[in-house]
Amino acid sequence: MTAAPLRAADRIAIAVVALLLGVFVLLPLISVAVEALRAGAPAALATFADPYAQSAIVLTIVVTLITIAANTAFGVLAAWTLTKYAFPGKALLLAIIDLPLTVSPVVAGLAVLLCFGTNSPVGQWFLAHDWKIAFAPPGIVLATIFVTFPYVARETMALMNETGRELEEAALGLGANLWQVVTRVTFPRARWAILNGLLLTNARALGEFGAVSVISGKIRGLTDTVPLHIEILYNDDNMVGAFTLAGTLAVVAIALTLIRSAIDAWRRAE
Amino acid sequence: MIPGRGIALGLTVTIVSLVVLVPLASIVLTLNGITPAGFLDVAFSPRALAAYRLSVGAAFAAAAIDVVAGGAIAAVLVRYPSRGMRILDALVDVPFALPTAVTGITLATLYGPNGWIGSWFAHHGLPIAYTPAGIVLALAFVGLPFVVRTVQPIIATLPAEFGEAAASLGAAPLAVLARVTLPLLAPAFLTGFALALARTIGEYGSVIFIAGNMPLRTEIVPLVIVTRLEEYDYAGAAAVAVVSLVFSFVMLLAINTLQRRLSAARGLA
Repeated sequence: MTAAPLRAADRIAIAVVALLLGVFVLLPLISVAVEALRAGAPAALATFADPYAQSAIVLTIVVTLITIAANTAFGVLAAWTLTKYAFPGKALLLAIIDLPLTVSPVVAGLAVLLCFGTNSPVGQWFLAHDWKIAFAPPGIVLATIFVTFPYVARETMALMNETGRELEEAALGLGANLWQVVTRVTFPRARWAILNGLLLTNARALGEFGAVSVISGKIRGLTDTVPLHIEILYNDDNMVGAFTLAGTLAVVAIALTLIRSAIDAWRRAE
Repeated sequence: MIPGRGIALGLTVTIVSLVVLVPLASIVLTLNGITPAGFLDVAFSPRALAAYRLSVGAAFAAAAIDVVAGGAIAAVLVRYPSRGMRILDALVDVPFALPTAVTGITLATLYGPNGWIGSWFAHHGLPIAYTPAGIVLALAFVGLPFVVRTVQPIIATLPAEFGEAAASLGAAPLAVLARVTLPLLAPAFLTGFALALARTIGEYGSVIFIAGNMPLRTEIVPLVIVTRLEEYDYAGAAAVAVVSLVFSFVMLLAINTLQRRLSAARGLA
């Protein structure tokens, strides 16, 4: 076999893949920027002066922060439970934690709506205590927690499975209590995996659309998140506004992904 | 023995029940409002049946496209590592990172009748947006990273000696690919296919803007549920959602089985 024709074949293969990713993935990204800046930068920036857009941004940030806190706490607990102890039904528990990954976001939103809506006993109980959940921010939080539920748990579990439980058992044997073991042995080794899952949760929570759109009621200024506001602006034919918010969300989500792969590469190099 | 099993297990099971199981169970409980015959009428109405066919068919078509495109992308990324390749590698994660509503309005505009790509196709009598082709395209976009990221590490660990041995025994390059390389990669491709399918089968945000949403023609399953909800037909929405949940359970089972097999195959390589 001679080298020259192979090199030509290599070049063709690279060119085909570059063209594929360029047209299929890069071009849509470029078009977001072009649509947002179609009427100039001042028109794009005016999007952020709108009080409805501002309240959507605030709501999205609040919902995302609560979701991260809740799912990080749960994820670490679940990973610890599933990797450090033996108990019957472990595979089933694991499968249920993974379930939100394959459930349609609309079905997730519907589940929260039917569970906490005004027609259900649970929802009526909360309503009697002056807590509105469906068509209000608490419902948005619950739906977002549902769709991002497995991320921290999965990432942390994968790492804890690799590291095993010998160090914990050794520390216990040397007289450490459970709290010392968790904070000084388990957590320091798991922190990058936890951070990885946290970033994934962050990116997904910021952009959640289907589940939130079912439960939110889409009341401008009250239950309108950034992804829902993008839909409202798009349907109002306000392309500059829709693509400015879309571009902002895209930049944040892609930045979170890049940080994640940078951490991955850095940890592998260590 | 590490202490604390009772508390840790109790807390985990309680939280999982409250966050996942109770809400999903309330979908099933809502079916109390209708008779079994009523359930069948709604869950398998012509409109719902057309939506199942479209959602499942489009997701299968998209995952098949992703296997071909994603396989080629993964192979090139592994075989020619260089600085420039890192940009292509980062591009693969973009569909995964992008919020679905962003993907939705962007693809609908780009492939729409006035878009950069869509206008050319529409001019040649092949409209993409508001047709099933648009739905497949959006789903292929969303599913692509799942195939690439599943196949890529397996290609990287593929022992080159197998191919070299076959070639030295006189096998032509295509025969090596068909008889040695692809069979070794089959479990990875199958897993990537299933992951893409699981992600796209219930997809909503990236599809509804480009789909057209015409009942019986371009209406996906999640949209049928949303339409029922907008008519305050909670039992009807729940009926269609239960069928969708069955798909989710099957996908989850399939993926768990495939991933177990894949890690076993990886252990062999």
